[in-house]
Parts: sequence; C-alpha cells; structure tokens
Amino acid sequence: MTLHRLTIHEAHDLLRERRISAVELTESVLSQIDRHDEEIKAYITVTPEVALEQARRADELISAGEARPLTGIPVAIKDNMCTRGVPTTCGSRMLENFVPPYSATVVGRLYDEGAVLVGKANMDEFAMGSSTEYSAFFPTHNPWDASRVPGGSSGGAAAAVAANETLFALGSDTGGSIRQPAALCGVTGLKPTYGRVSRYGLIAFASSLDQIGPLTKDVRDCALVMNALAFHDPQDSTSASKSTPDYTSYLTDDLTGVVVGVPTEYFATGLDSGVEERVRDAIAKLAELGAEIREISMPHEQYVVATYFLTSWAEASANLARYDGVKYGLFAPDAQDIGEAQSKARGRGFGREVKRRIMLGTYALSSGYYDAYYLNAQKVRTLVKEDFDRAFAEGVDVVVGPTSPIVAFGIGELVDDPLEMYLSDLYTIPANLAGLPCISIPCGFHEGLPVGFQIMGRPFAEGTVLTVAYAFEQSTDFHLQRPSIGT
Amino acid sequence: MKISRAEVEHIANLARLELAEDEIEQLQTDLSQILEYVDQLNEVDTTGVLPTAHVVAQEDVLRQDVARQSLSTEEVLANAPETEEGYFRVHAVLPKGER
Repeated sequence: MTLHRLTIHEAHDLLRERRISAVELTESVLSQIDRHDEEIKAYITVTPEVALEQARRADELISAGEARPLTGIPVAIKDNMCTRGVPTTCGSRMLENFVPPYSATVVGRLYDEGAVLVGKANMDEFAMGSSTEYSAFFPTHNPWDASRVPGGSSGGAAAAVAANETLFALGSDTGGSIRQPAALCGVTGLKPTYGRVSRYGLIAFASSLDQIGPLTKDVRDCALVMNALAFHDPQDSTSASKSTPDYTSYLTDDLTGVVVGVPTEYFATGLDSGVEERVRDAIAKLAELGAEIREISMPHEQYVVATYFLTSWAEASANLARYDGVKYGLFAPDAQDIGEAQSKARGRGFGREVKRRIMLGTYALSSGYYDAYYLNAQKVRTLVKEDFDRAFAEGVDVVVGPTSPIVAFGIGELVDDPLEMYLSDLYTIPANLAGLPCISIPCGFHEGLPVGFQIMGRPFAEGTVLTVAYAFEQSTDFHLQRPSIGT
Repeated sequence: MKISRAEVEHIANLARLELAEDEIEQLQTDLSQILEYVDQLNEVDTTGVLPTAHVVAQEDVLRQDVARQSLSTEEVLANAPETEEGYFRVHAVLPKGER
C-alpha cells in the first residue's frame, strides 16, 4: 500500500476504522524517506526510533478509542523548533550539536495529540533565506525538478510534504518562509495571525514577525493542524488569549457575500507573466464561486521590502547575540579573552548570509543610525498596516494575489545576488509586517512548476481565509497533483 | 555611499564577529548595495506617524510570583562547550595585564 500518499483526514479515517495502523503508516513514510531523501534532502535528522515508538503508543490510544485527528499522523518539524532529546540545529554549524532539554510548546502539543515525529526538516541557517541554499549542511531539492530550489526558509518542510516524505510539517514564517516554499513546492502553507500560535521553543529570528504554522497537502488538513496549534500559551507573552473556533467549521464552498480585494500594486513589474495568468484565473474562479472582486490600492507596497529588511535584521542581530559560545554552540579554545572567544566562535559558527544580516542589523542599530534606519522603518510599518486597515474598514474580507513573483528557480541561480533573492519576498512580507493570517495554496502550473495563490485576512480571521482557500481548492484539482517522486 | 573597510571592521567588532579577509571585502560591497536600497524609505513622509513595535496590541502580561519547576543544573549545562563544578566556564574577562 502507498499510505504515505494519504492526507491527514484520509489517514485518520482509516486509522479510526482500524483498517491501517499508525505503525504501518509511519513505516510507509519512513520507507518513502529512505527511497527519496538522498535526492531531495528534505531532512537534517530522520528519527525512526522516536517515530516508531510514538506510532506504537498512538496505536494503543486508537485501540482505546481515544484517537484524535492527529493521533498516529507523521509530522516533519522545521529544525528551528526545539524537540527534547532530538538535535535541533537551526541549519547552522553554531548549533550542530545542540540537543534541547525541552520541547517547544507546539511540539509538546503535537506529541499530546499523538502525532509521530519522523524528522527535523532542513532550512536556511537561522531561517534566513528564500531557497534553503543557506543551510549550513546541504541544499534541499524541489521534488518537481531536483535541479531547482524548494524555496525557503522552510524548504525542507515544504519539499517533504510535496514528496510525500511526511503527511504534514510545521514551518516558521518571518517574511514568507512558510508560504513561499509552499508555493514553489505546490502544497498548502498557512502563516497564522501574529500571536495566534505560541513561539515558545522556536529559535528566534525576528521576534515581532516570527510565526509558526502548518504545511499540508490540502486545506482541510491545514484546518485540522490549526485546531491543535492555536491556543493561549502563558510561556509566550505575545500569545493571544482570544478563544479559538473549530477551524474545520469554516470549510464551506459558498463565497456569496465575500469581498475579495485585489491590490493593483501586486501586479506590477517583476511578476512573471505565467504566474500572473494563473493568479488571474484563480481570482476569476473566486468570482464564479460568488465572491465580489474589488480592485484596491496598497500605496506603501513598494516600501515593504526595505521596511522588512531593517526590522528583521535589527531584531536578528539582537536575538543572535545570545550565541556567545558559553551556554551552547561553538567554543574557541585558542582565544585569549572573552571578547576574542566570542568573535572567533561567532565567526566560525555563522555562515555568510547570517553574518551579512547581523552586520546590517548592527549597523542599523548602531549609534547615530537608529532613528534614521530602525525607527523610521517602524513608522513605515505603521503605514503598511494602515493600508490593510483601510481596505478591511471598507468591507474587504480578504486580500489576494501571487505568493511569489516567480516559480522555483535553479539551485545556484540567485545565491550570489542577495538583493535579487530578497526582492522575491515582496508579496509575502506585508502579512508579517501587519501581523495578518495568510495562506498560500496551489493555483496551477507554469512551465511544469507549481504556482502559489495567496489569501490574507483580518487579524484572527484564519477562518475566513480557510473558507476562501477551501472553496477554491474544492473547485480545482491542483492540490491533488503530486510530483512523480511522491508516488 | 561606499561603506569603508574601517566601518565594516567597527561593526564587526560591535557584533563580535571575526571576519576573514575576503569576507570584509564582500561585506563592503553587499552592505553598500543594500543600504542604498533601503534609503528609499527616506522619501516616505512619516511626519506624525507612530512607530509599530508590535502589531497585536498587548496588555502587560503578568503572572503570580510563584516558584515553578525549572530545568535541572545538569540539563542546563548539557549543551555547554566547557563547564566546571556546575558552572559555565568562560574565558578571562580582563586582559592579562589587568588581572
């Protein structure tokens, strides 16, 4: 049987009816990893012992009639979320040997639900990148075309879902790191509202932007995972105390009365014409399903990338100050004093992209530049957020557009042109700056490669976003298509 | 505006980053190019605009000051490169002559 191809909801039905066991399902996923991960390289660490033990326990829960939607379901976790007793490298030499003494809140929750950890997914070092080429260990390959990148920074997570090397994955998204790889690999990825999902145990990159979210094979699975992830966590002081609905109750196919905003600025220069066609088709489909399409304007869109640069780099340079070679990480035995030891450990432990961003962030926060760079960026961030507030106040329910201006690019193609690579995040960044929920779903193919369609909603309106995504998905078959390697 | 070698070295020192010779040169180019790009924010009129630090308004988050179970000393030290008698071991803080 080819159990690894199942979605979460399909597998759950079969598990509950006792037609398959969690151990069988896990073994099928592990053998898919064995067959294909040498080529795809989605995982930094594969955890067969942990997985089989958790699967056996899941089978006991199912036998006892205690199966929950994620019980016995294999999951890949991006390697920047702490997993007690399982190495958590963050894609960096700095943390190559780090074994966390505790689990992230979301990881603990998945374990409580009976999910099965099959491995830790590859990523750009410290989640800084859009291609997974900045992993300190190896690049991940796109399952649709192994000569291309899977996107990033959650590229390992997205590739694992696309190649059926897991049933779902958790990623993190600071400027698009769930949605852009989901788009480039043809899977579903949701960045929740800032504060909706606990960040406790997520290795920090830019604290005012980071959010954890699911990567799944379809929208129903996304809703099921969100039901497990969304709750108030007292361990994270930015965690929202707002109550959470059952997200599956939003999965309806009627869009009558839904107002869809389409910003003119999202279709400007730089957008690949093949991508634009697929996205325009998707918008037409929403109209067919009963939605009202309204052209809107986001006047500050042209400034989002620069605003994101300054915000994320400044926060990153502060967050990464903790890697001083004392509590964890590398050590420099050849240093004379503590300053030299820190410089040497950090010089050796961080890769060039991380160094570049620490340098830029340190520069932007340094004496004499703080007001001109960081503070000014926070003001422009307010203006970006107000563009969305205005659209929502005028009755727009969701804002849609392309997830990425281009389909998956070749490995090595942009790696030496940092600015060009950064600019490919221009559509995903606004949701982080404004803290909005945003999903990317597949909306077709261009030159044989998946195209992503992005849907943003009001703060905490994950439900509305899922409604629009589900209605579109159910009237198309793009989510059912898998690369040949996934079969 | 081209970032000078001295500026790169100054920032690297602030950030405690030891850089190789070729990294310094590369960073001069990269930083100059990227800082030039972000300069476009100067054209935005931000008069009277308040900065956004966090997008979701949060009240102060407090909890009862009650002792809770935390990690053991062994667990806390398990990932440290160098430890001694239940402590993290660090390099000398003062230079040799001043000890």
